[in-house]
Amino acid sequence: MGSKRSSRRELLKGGALAVGAAAAGASVSKTALAQNSAPAPEPALPSYAVNEAPQIPVSSDVVAYGVRSHYVKSVRIQEDGRPKGATSRYDSFGLTIHIQTPLQDSIGTIQASSLHYCATTKGAFVPDIDPDKHTVMLNGLVDRPRIFTMAELKRFPSVTRFHFVECIANNANATHQNVQQSHGTCSNAEWTGVLLSTLFKECGLQDKAKWFVAEGAEEVKGASTMPINAIDEVIVAYGMNGEPLRPQQGFPVRLITPGFEGIFNTKWLRHIKAVDQYQLNMNDFGHLRREETTAALGYTWGPKSIITFPSGSQKLPERGWYEITGLAWSGNGAVRKVEVSTDGGQTWKEAELKATPLRKAHTRFGYMWNWDGGEHVIMSRTTDDIGVVQPTREQVAKALGVAYTPSFRPPGTNNTIMPWKIASDGSVTNGLA
Amino acid sequence: MGLLRIVPILLLLASPALAQTYDIGKAPTAAQLAQDITISPTGEGLPPGHGTAAEGAKLYVEKGCVACHGQDGAGGVTIAPNLIGNKGTGPGDNVWKRVNGGEAPGALPILAPNGVIVWDYINRGMPIGNEGSLKSDEVYALTAYLFALNKITPEDKVIDQSNLAQIEMPIGTEWVRVPDWTPGGQRMPGYPY
Repeated sequence: MGSKRSSRRELLKGGALAVGAAAAGASVSKTALAQNSAPAPEPALPSYAVNEAPQIPVSSDVVAYGVRSHYVKSVRIQEDGRPKGATSRYDSFGLTIHIQTPLQDSIGTIQASSLHYCATTKGAFVPDIDPDKHTVMLNGLVDRPRIFTMAELKRFPSVTRFHFVECIANNANATHQNVQQSHGTCSNAEWTGVLLSTLFKECGLQDKAKWFVAEGAEEVKGASTMPINAIDEVIVAYGMNGEPLRPQQGFPVRLITPGFEGIFNTKWLRHIKAVDQYQLNMNDFGHLRREETTAALGYTWGPKSIITFPSGSQKLPERGWYEITGLAWSGNGAVRKVEVSTDGGQTWKEAELKATPLRKAHTRFGYMWNWDGGEHVIMSRTTDDIGVVQPTREQVAKALGVAYTPSFRPPGTNNTIMPWKIASDGSVTNGLA
Repeated sequence: MGLLRIVPILLLLASPALAQTYDIGKAPTAAQLAQDITISPTGEGLPPGHGTAAEGAKLYVEKGCVACHGQDGAGGVTIAPNLIGNKGTGPGDNVWKRVNGGEAPGALPILAPNGVIVWDYINRGMPIGNEGSLKSDEVYALTAYLFALNKITPEDKVIDQSNLAQIEMPIGTEWVRVPDWTPGGQRMPGYPY
């Protein structure tokens, strides 16, 4: 370190960086000036070469797991309107667990594990499972029922895939102030585990099996029935973003069911059973509907996107260039295209995709926009790789033959376009309001 | 051209991940298999047992159900749903009008397409805070009590593992199945979005 610094000084003395040093002169710190107040002063050091910031003390926490900057304040919130728990057995929010991720601050395409949204079955608390004692049983219509320890699950060939998980409650309305409230029960992460098809192969899945039931180990043993032809994509996942799942994400093992509504992603997985008919289990009961439309549209997610910047409650400080950015995804497959409108949907421009879109995963998009200081309504829409285009609320109403009113609530999983209003002072508000 | 189309399929079939098993894991023991509480709508998987509405009414108080679901299942105590349908509605009304918001989950005995579901729900998830603690006979008794409250079965009906799946439920056929799902398929036939 010392030698590096002296060599830099030598360079400065030699004038090799004279131009750079002069340019940096305006930001030279008082400390640097004080250090160089000798009668024959050295050329001032550029501020980046001087340690101006107070030190973050080394603690066991900083060493062991790492701690983000205290300047970064982004946190999850409890979803509004959720019933308050009657007893202390609920989480530290004191509420039924339904926690929204701060999408307005999201960067890139994944949510940090600590910020990933979380919802649980029927207000379940989070079980504290010893992975050395946990097992997953597969039985039902299989030739060889099997029970696997965590260590055994990790001996199977693994997959590592990016997928979004989104709760059916991720349903924006006019009362939401920001994108965390309107879209915060959706997150994207890297998941590692074994394909369910690999495990069923091991157990000898029988042709008679048309569905499988997945059951969690939480207090209500939440269970869902899923179609057997989904097993080629369903992951029995034990890893998330480079480490074991967090307890709120189903530690030590969960299902990831790409494209399906959130509750199918059974956490704290303890049992999978191959069956020949739809079971209508506890979690399935929540999908019971009178109409085919609401039943079908509440099952999986269509193409969807959301602008995360600039979004509700944010403010553009001055006119000029900004990157309008957000996330796009589809439960049908990969994102093919994202378009952005800055005139309330009258015209659309294709946005740049920031990485190769992956199946049933978030894709970050961006669109450079020179804000003229005027009032605008900005919105994004995505087209997925089976050609389905994200609709407006009006389009959904029309397709369903329902009269559109501002209070129209799209049935099932709401994948409609979300507008943000930008006022002439740069403030951003909910465009549905 | 025909051969070219087949080649990728042959390669897939030859890949170890598809062709191979690994002899990992063990056959579950009888005790482990007994933890399988999954029950088919046909009643397959129901443990032996029986109960009556009178027994269930007693348990409804003893086990604390009344503290959340209210006297005689009328609700209004906590966020727990009522178990007899909204006030002012009754067996003569459309089942979907009898539950809050017109969407499941509402009053379970009214909306459950099959009696087995009521049994399963109580067995898995009730009572809150002490889930999984009820004995099979107690679950049959509570199920019989809920059915009697809703005039689904008579007061003196003994509900057991052999007759539960056959009981005619108020919802009848007024519900729809989840859609047939296919990889890469659309969410609903004819729906463009």
